[in-house]
Amino acid sequence: MKWEYSPAPESRAIADIKDRYMPFIDGTFKEGSGEDRDTINPGTGERLSTISTVNAENIDRAVKAARRAYQNVWSTMPGAERGKYLFRIARAIAERSRELAVVETLDNGKPIKETRDFDVPAAAQHFFYHAGWADKLHHLGLGPAPQPLGVAGQVIPWNFPLLMAAWKIAPALAVGNTVVIKPAETTPLSILVLAEIIADADLPPGVVNIITGAGDVGSTLVNHPGIDKVAFTGSTAVGRRIQRELAGTGRKITLELGGKGANIIFEDAAQDQAVEGIINGIFFNQGQVCCAGSRLLIQESIADEFVERLKQRVETLRVGDPMDKNTDVGAINSEAQLSRITALMDAGIAEGAELWSSSCPLPKNGFYLSPSIFTSATPSMRIAREEIFGPVLATMTFRTPDEAVTKANNSPYGLSAGVWTEKGSRAMGMAAALRAGVIWDNTFNRFDPAASFGGYKESGFGREGGPSGLAAYLDTDDEAVAP
Amino acid sequence: MTHLAVSKTYKLFIGGAFPRSESGRTYQARDSKGDFMANAALASRKDLRDAVVAARKGYAAWSRATAYNRGQVIYRMAEMLECRRSEFVELIVISTGASSKVTTAEVDAAIDRLVHYAGWTDKLAAVLGSANPVSSPYFSYSAPEPTGVVGILAPTGSPLLGLVSVVAPVITGGNTCVVIAAEEDPCVAIAFAEIVATSDVPAGAINILTGRVTELAPHLAAHSDVNALDLTGASAELQESLEQAAAETVKRVYVPKRVPDFSAAPGTARLRAFLEIKTVWHPTGALSLSGGTAY
Repeated sequence: MKWEYSPAPESRAIADIKDRYMPFIDGTFKEGSGEDRDTINPGTGERLSTISTVNAENIDRAVKAARRAYQNVWSTMPGAERGKYLFRIARAIAERSRELAVVETLDNGKPIKETRDFDVPAAAQHFFYHAGWADKLHHLGLGPAPQPLGVAGQVIPWNFPLLMAAWKIAPALAVGNTVVIKPAETTPLSILVLAEIIADADLPPGVVNIITGAGDVGSTLVNHPGIDKVAFTGSTAVGRRIQRELAGTGRKITLELGGKGANIIFEDAAQDQAVEGIINGIFFNQGQVCCAGSRLLIQESIADEFVERLKQRVETLRVGDPMDKNTDVGAINSEAQLSRITALMDAGIAEGAELWSSSCPLPKNGFYLSPSIFTSATPSMRIAREEIFGPVLATMTFRTPDEAVTKANNSPYGLSAGVWTEKGSRAMGMAAALRAGVIWDNTFNRFDPAASFGGYKESGFGREGGPSGLAAYLDTDDEAVAP
Repeated sequence: MTHLAVSKTYKLFIGGAFPRSESGRTYQARDSKGDFMANAALASRKDLRDAVVAARKGYAAWSRATAYNRGQVIYRMAEMLECRRSEFVELIVISTGASSKVTTAEVDAAIDRLVHYAGWTDKLAAVLGSANPVSSPYFSYSAPEPTGVVGILAPTGSPLLGLVSVVAPVITGGNTCVVIAAEEDPCVAIAFAEIVATSDVPAGAINILTGRVTELAPHLAAHSDVNALDLTGASAELQESLEQAAAETVKRVYVPKRVPDFSAAPGTARLRAFLEIKTVWHPTGALSLSGGTAY
């Protein structure tokens, strides 16, 4: 029996997308002096809106506004008051959540069920969580009065535009910094709606400045002499460049970079649960997740049977219109990203891995890719080493737990890993042995503002969320200096 | 007949052994008056790479040791230093020309510094970790783990206390290290290596090289199997280029803001600089069986 789904589209009108958006500097939306950029709806490939971008002079104005706000208002305001502003923002995000979800889906291409159930509520929760810290910094174990750093320059990616904005802005503001933040050029809309929320919350002008543009704007921002803290989420290549450029400046940096997460399936795992977890690990947000479980390590004894189960389940995923509430896998964020993914897939085929893709039909327009699995990958292949950042899984096998650990840790990255086993001691033992910042036992891709997140090795340094995420925005250098 | 002194040959300290430099090179350590003090090994790039290999090997044993055990080993270092206290005072007085009183205070502070860190090993997770009250049915915790192999440029001008103050926090967290000793005080650094060698520190956990900082440091900063750098002993000119090299493999870099006062009580910045916070999620099921909380 074949089940058909009727379309269940969310209403596009809820987003109320404007024809033009402007950067938000010093409390006002004002035309930038850079070149206009169109933002595209990846679900259709059509233009969604036009964005006014900033030039170097506008960036300078934003940094100066942030400095003034830091010195005159934000750093001297009692923590409890700062917290109340953040609580306001959290509430307003929740109030405008349906609108934000639609805006995000239209601009990013991710399924509406993800923006509705994850991105937007998690963003609100991030503000709510950090709001509560603002008057409790002396409880962090970082001294009686931990001090903010000043102006934070923040650059965020396109995969979770609103949520990454929340991850960056909420902790920075909670501890008393002001921010200048640049969204990705392909996904500027949700943060500009957040800017409206921030303006409506009467946040003092200059505390949050949102500047628009491409990589050159981000580069100018992080190198601006008026910045005290840099937080970047994106590729390891760019993170490495930022670290190199800031060498010798003493500027505190947080880097949240790439990953090649291993998802390890033991023969005693609950297989149906594991299948769901692997799918969540690699097809959530079309696999465009830095901590995606993109390497599947299966114990040899169950490998064939398990891969079959996995394929059967992937076959049932609905790929298509991100605005449809039944869609499981939406659009790839951009044409450029789609070609990066397919180039790496071609490399996998050329190196001899076997490619299997779901037979689901894809929409004619927009940027889509069938969920894909490389079986019989080997650790030396590019698809097993490099971050694909798409719905593509590389599958390998192992025999012993030691071999699984060795293979999983054999990567310059160390952001995430998953372990699937019904044996509690093995799960905890593996969690200790894996060199990654986040370990999921019998689950994958769980996030919470109370649980810190960040990488080992070349996946970056510094944490976001939890007490250690606050430390990243405070002056934590408590070493005595010579008189 | 008077006793003709038997002078010590100062060598490198790599993987728990005291080899000469593979290059066969030495340089002359001078005392405070500029007179010949001893020949010290002039470590080469190859020695440095050997030391990194040893540190990686040592990492397995040291990072897996229990926190209690690591604390005992570091305490043992304090014991060893205490019983060779007068020898270190004498050596430092010759090397630096400081008064015996000042030097004694420095050696005592170094002993106390080791005791301080010995007590830290089994407190780090409680102080820096957390049980995370996540809003879903999971038990989630965050706890510190060692960063890995740390390259250390030991500070100049504080041959023992400075050295101990940079090495101790690194190993307290379970890291292993490759230390480039202060160029002008190789004898004190290698004498300290003898303390390490007799304190049950696993081979390779602490490796000490003597030689030219400008020759060795760039290779240490660029080494792909080094996870972090402590640039306390780097000159201002060297610091920027080392940080640039470190960026290629996204190393964590600790640079003190100003010249540290090693005589003051240490904070936690040096401990935190070489720890990674790992978060683990474990399902608890949708229903709590006991009616209690899973955090």
